[in-house]
Amino acid sequence: MRPATLRHIRPGDWLTMSLGCLCVILIAQCVWNGGMADRAIIRSGGKVFREVPLARDQQIEVPGPLGTSIVSIEKRRARISSDPSPRQYCVRQGWLQHAGEIAICLPNELSVELTGNRKKYDSLNY
Amino acid sequence: MRTSTPPISDPRSSILLNTTAEDHHVARMAAVALMLTVLENAIPSPLPGVKPGLANIVTLIVLARYGWRVAAWVTLLRVVAGSLLFGSFLAPGFFLSLAGAVLSLLALAVARHLPAHWFGPVSHSIHAAFAHIAGQLAVVYLWLIPHSGIAYLIPVFAAAALVFGTVNGLIAARFMDNDGKQEMEPQP
Repeated sequence: MRPATLRHIRPGDWLTMSLGCLCVILIAQCVWNGGMADRAIIRSGGKVFREVPLARDQQIEVPGPLGTSIVSIEKRRARISSDPSPRQYCVRQGWLQHAGEIAICLPNELSVELTGNRKKYDSLNY
Repeated sequence: MRTSTPPISDPRSSILLNTTAEDHHVARMAAVALMLTVLENAIPSPLPGVKPGLANIVTLIVLARYGWRVAAWVTLLRVVAGSLLFGSFLAPGFFLSLAGAVLSLLALAVARHLPAHWFGPVSHSIHAAFAHIAGQLAVVYLWLIPHSGIAYLIPVFAAAALVFGTVNGLIAARFMDNDGKQEMEPQP
């Protein structure tokens, strides 16, 4: 940059520019770096039943030993919306939206796991 | 708009609009902004929405020289007349530019009260650019594409706003180099 150009930037302008940079970097980190998931892996009976992108809203019916469970994908989130198991833990867990989050239904041998560029957790223990 | 200058009238015209010199000045500035908008539309863009926003240079200069009210007039006239020119009046594209323009004008209304010794046109421009993109994304999300997938594009838009905001601010500052040094030329 020529000195003539630098003369037009006042001290506060540098501050504004740095704050702008910081904003862009923070937004990019928050949006791109694994914080948001982009795929859901649906497992049934220990095997991968289907792997679906979160970009498209849809409902998937997954057969299991107790009956059919329904996995819903909506607005880049996923949940088990209906399940035949007695205690409904996985349904009550609600929406999953971050990479690494998982909803498991043991009686019906179903699990839904979100993946992204980077997992937020290596593993989760309950 | 009323100023102390007498109205300019054209005796041949049967419909007489009482226009003042200030009106003419606003129209002239809006025309310059319009020209930059047309110029900018000739530049290919990698992503719809990522544009340099050259017309904002005019807004910045008008804001610094004649105040916020005139800047608002020039900007809104440019948006409406530009949409008529490109045939997008009341189409989604029109509301996108309108939302961007209104929000950046609001940002400028606040930013221009920053101490002038520290903050110049570059700061004004960056604030306006961020507000502009925020307004557009709000319209896109609330009306056109209500899907959180557009969040993925926010960093791209924000980075573009920062870069083009800085460049436009520098260009505007360059144009106003002589403002403090000499008497402002009388406007016809």
